[in-house]
Amino acid sequence: MPFGLLKYGLSNDYPAKHHFTPATELKKHYDVVIIGGGGHGTAIAYNLAKYHGITNVAILEKAYLGGGNTARNTAVIRSNYLTEAGVKFYSESVRLFNNLSNEFNYNVMMENRGQLTLAHSDAAIRSFRWRAEVNQHLGVRSELMDRQTIAELVPNLNMSEDSRFPIMGGLWHADGATARHDAVAWGYAKGACDRGVELHQLTEVEDIEITGGRVTAVKTNRGRVECGAVVQAVAGASSVVAKKAGIPLPIHCYPLQAMVTQPYKPILTPHVSSPQVHVYVHQTSRGEFVIGGGSDPYPLYNTRATLDQRETLSAAALELFPFLAQARLLRQWAGTTDMTPDYSPIMGLSPVENYYLDAGWGTWGFKATPICGVTMAELVATKKVPDLIKPFELERFYRFEQINEAGATAASH
Amino acid sequence: MKLLTCPLNGPRNISEFTYGGEYHPMPDPVNTDSRQWAEHVFFHDNAAGVVTEWWCHNASSFWFLAERNTISDEVIRTFDASEVFNQRIDFIAASTPEGSS
Repeated sequence: MPFGLLKYGLSNDYPAKHHFTPATELKKHYDVVIIGGGGHGTAIAYNLAKYHGITNVAILEKAYLGGGNTARNTAVIRSNYLTEAGVKFYSESVRLFNNLSNEFNYNVMMENRGQLTLAHSDAAIRSFRWRAEVNQHLGVRSELMDRQTIAELVPNLNMSEDSRFPIMGGLWHADGATARHDAVAWGYAKGACDRGVELHQLTEVEDIEITGGRVTAVKTNRGRVECGAVVQAVAGASSVVAKKAGIPLPIHCYPLQAMVTQPYKPILTPHVSSPQVHVYVHQTSRGEFVIGGGSDPYPLYNTRATLDQRETLSAAALELFPFLAQARLLRQWAGTTDMTPDYSPIMGLSPVENYYLDAGWGTWGFKATPICGVTMAELVATKKVPDLIKPFELERFYRFEQINEAGATAASH
Repeated sequence: MKLLTCPLNGPRNISEFTYGGEYHPMPDPVNTDSRQWAEHVFFHDNAAGVVTEWWCHNASSFWFLAERNTISDEVIRTFDASEVFNQRIDFIAASTPEGSS
């Protein structure tokens, strides 16, 4: 073994294995074209290839693998939602996340640290009790937590009763976790490409050809590709791409900003979020504090960072963790979120027969990656909508049957 | 700080304003079915480019319209809503069975 390592180190051609083989030429026809090479797109391709034997699949990515919102989210995994549809869907995703490294034979750095959502008012306590009851009923670990237990769990948290919004209690979610977001996309891409799926980077879909209510081909900057079915998984550009297929969506795009501090020794275990002061904080495994919050105040297709948001996020983070006043910020960035009216995704069938939607991922897309891969692949392969995603269909807006997750989503992620 | 020019109050910090959604004309209140109302209420153009949208100056509660580029975040112009709303709308009860129920 030591000789093997030595040989590897001294080798001239550095025999490192690539994660995946990027495809070169576009074929004339694919059974399935997936628009968007992020976590969701690669997860759908992976499940199509591994569990449904559909390998004539192309993932068309306008930039590079996992470079959009997959790289920009703050990697929070949880399932403590409010509606039955939401809790069932996200808890299945958390279950899949827990086995993802084994599934890939590739480390996604899953860490089950738990999530604590803070209540600063009686109304918040009441709604957390409601969420805890719904969660427990559906087998998700959520419970109310009192001030003393919170102080023991997070010793650095500002528990002062003289602060602007004193902490009255919290919702503890033991299933809350985090994982390396890039590794999730890389693991899915590797597994898919190993099974024959083609990942075409720098390939932008410019137009979608529809004949007789069916999509027949997509036009890209590298030529025309015929296809048996199309899945769009382009968080942050869903409206723009769906418009090419003539499908209107109930989405507005808002930037969502986050930032990280320089690394510190490990002092914060769980993910802590406060819907009241619009901030959430967790410490990554390399020591940086990740600070995120609410979306920008108005829509924009731009991932610039603003001073306004930096001030707002910093002020809120300092209310919870005063010691962060000493911290220096390393980076600030934004992703583009597809906000839906009810804070739930839009998945499944579209008005175009063989065109499938994986859209409306707002601020809750990363945590749903594995379950999206499973359910969307099943839909494409069997043409039957899985029960788990039936409530999230686009048609719900025409029937006024929204799935309201606004309270369980706002600034908690 | 970014500035926005209010037609009533002049240029002010954008933090004094609230975004009020895309401007799109209301469907005919008499002859619109629930499907069309759903589209009007929930669905958005969400265009990447120049859009017309509602803004409100919080301190004066003054609503107005703005043309803004949603890629560059450039405000092209702001204007009084009376430029668009120059006719009276009469809400008459619908005579269809759906409306009378």
